[in-house]
Amino acid sequence: MNEFIALSLIPILIGIFASLACALPGNFLLLRRQALIGDAISHVVLPGVVLGFLVTGAVATGPMMLGAAAAAIIAVALIEVVRHLGRIEAGAAMGVVFTTMFAAGILLLEQSDTSQVHLDVEHALYGNLESLIWWQGQGWSSFLDPDALAALPPQLWRVMAATALVSVFIGLWWRQLQIATFDPSYAATVGIRVKALNLALVILVAVAAVAAFDAVGSIIVIAMMICPPAAARLMTDRLGRQVAWSVLFALLSAVFGYVLAGYGPLWLGADNAVSAAGMIATVSGVILALACLFGPARHRIAG
Amino acid sequence: MDADLLLRALTFSAGYNAALVAVGATLLGITAGAIGCFVLLRRRAMVSDAISHATLPGIGIAFIIMASLGGEGRFLPGLLVGAAVTAGFGLWAVEWMTKRTRLTEDAAIGAVLSVTFGLGIVFLTIIQTLGIGKPAGLEGFLLGGAAAMLRAEAISVLVMAGLVAVVIALSWRRMVLVAFDQGYAETLGIKTNHTDRLMMLLALAVTVIGLKIVGLILIVALMIIPPVAARFWTDRADRMMLIAGGLGGIACFLGTAISASGDDLPTGAVIVLTATCLFTISMLFAPSRGVLAAWLAWSRFQKVVHRRQGLLALSRGEPILEPVSRRLLAREGLLQPDGVPTLEGKAAARLVAEDEARWALARRRDPDGALAGRYDGLTPITQVLTPDQIAVLDADVRGQPALVAGVGGGRLAHE
Repeated sequence: MNEFIALSLIPILIGIFASLACALPGNFLLLRRQALIGDAISHVVLPGVVLGFLVTGAVATGPMMLGAAAAAIIAVALIEVVRHLGRIEAGAAMGVVFTTMFAAGILLLEQSDTSQVHLDVEHALYGNLESLIWWQGQGWSSFLDPDALAALPPQLWRVMAATALVSVFIGLWWRQLQIATFDPSYAATVGIRVKALNLALVILVAVAAVAAFDAVGSIIVIAMMICPPAAARLMTDRLGRQVAWSVLFALLSAVFGYVLAGYGPLWLGADNAVSAAGMIATVSGVILALACLFGPARHRIAG
Repeated sequence: MDADLLLRALTFSAGYNAALVAVGATLLGITAGAIGCFVLLRRRAMVSDAISHATLPGIGIAFIIMASLGGEGRFLPGLLVGAAVTAGFGLWAVEWMTKRTRLTEDAAIGAVLSVTFGLGIVFLTIIQTLGIGKPAGLEGFLLGGAAAMLRAEAISVLVMAGLVAVVIALSWRRMVLVAFDQGYAETLGIKTNHTDRLMMLLALAVTVIGLKIVGLILIVALMIIPPVAARFWTDRADRMMLIAGGLGGIACFLGTAISASGDDLPTGAVIVLTATCLFTISMLFAPSRGVLAAWLAWSRFQKVVHRRQGLLALSRGEPILEPVSRRLLAREGLLQPDGVPTLEGKAAARLVAEDEARWALARRRDPDGALAGRYDGLTPITQVLTPDQIAVLDADVRGQPALVAGVGGGRLAHE
């Protein structure tokens, strides 16, 4: 048990909270046909996160968040500049800007000396969930011990804060989000500030993405923003139930993904674990595949 | 970055291997740019991103199979076959989900992209765990690494890129037709969905070939950036394809050379950034659609408008208040610094007022005629009518002084 708390509990918790922080706003992105925004954000923020790290020399939340925010703002500005100067459509401008910024981020990562800290391309892509262990966790009583709690990996607090922020936002603005998602023009007539709400949602997605990015890598961010909500969409026609299903699927993906990655190879006789982030994404894909095959609301609504 | 190494790479004198890699990369860039035009025009760019991520599990599976059969796990053609199989599965999965469930295409793309990539990472770590063969180098497929290519690998890339180029050359006509006018293409008997499938298979082939050089994460950029850049240079589809191929080839050639000339310069990222430089140059300096050309055209237009309106004001005896017009006319010697027209200015103003009066009469005579449609307040009527037509018009202008006064050319009669 003690070993479980020290080695597995914290990564599982981080995985769960990262998955929830991404899956919750993912529901609205999916319904608005903006599912790829998570993909776009995780591409765009990379140079900002790397710069934030280079400036401070440490993996700290503040500078990395600032860098990510700056990168996102620069990306939006660049897209507008390219669109207007080049008179080309938004999709093409985005494609150019996103891939360029991601390439710049990768070049920065490779060029910078990140040998003291664990920050490299692989880390940015699929994180290192397994390394977020809690040596001071000597049993359940450690949760009452301030010294041991202080030694918890900071990533845990970040993803928990992100999940709380996302939940509060969705809870407080539930009706507005619902109306603005399904009928933006009606939402505008009843006095909902649709543009401000959309912007807030995108900012929230970015916050969740950056918080999860550091702990679990961008692959989980993208997978969790799309797969659990998409699977949930195939289960029900009601938004409330869809969000509930997506929470359940995100939880299942995180727990089963981590357990399969950590213990699956042991059961098969191998002595090493496989990537937890990769396995969590895979499990979410399996859930989605099952929903595609058997989900009660899987078919297109006629008309 | 080492300037000497760079120069050697650019002049094909860095060794036989490097030269082979450079030619292979250039061919890859050409095919990626050309096929990218169609992918972009058919709005399937993100689908090809899903395909490229779906190559990763195939690489891992192929490695495990080859290594457990006792062979060399890193045998490139084998890995690429595996990559192509799972990439094909990814393409099928996106289409199946979009067609058979109510999920939209963007959700299907994102799901396939992230799940296949996650699965691929799992396979990579399985390979490390099993300790079979030497997995080192498989990570190279993420971001590419042209420098580490063996001679046989470079040759196979070269051959495959050449084959794709041939297929594109044979089928580009029908792809152009489908991309621009689906209805017309169908009346000609071209099967749109077959052409679309061929296009996506070619994109898949380019992705697989580019794995070793650009890497799977950034290969989609090679299918987006050169075509968008090419759009600045031309309005014609066939030329756009050639230019995009050229830009893609240049980006890959230069990018590979730069990447080979220093440490920590991942080939894929350098190639993409080189392509972005070409894009920026195209956006700024391309004739007719570039920013510079647009600015020049605008400033020419501004000059014409200000000159004409300024002279018209002078002809009516009104002072010019607009600073741009004043500066323009002063520079031409038509206006004194105090705003009083010079002799030349008066003459020019008279000419413009005369032109305006001719236009006014011509438009009044036939308000809905073709000539009236040519009036834009800028073009001198002498560019539109022949001298004898103008002579007739002038007789009428003089015969009806009331009309001339009516359009504000009253002073014309006195002068």
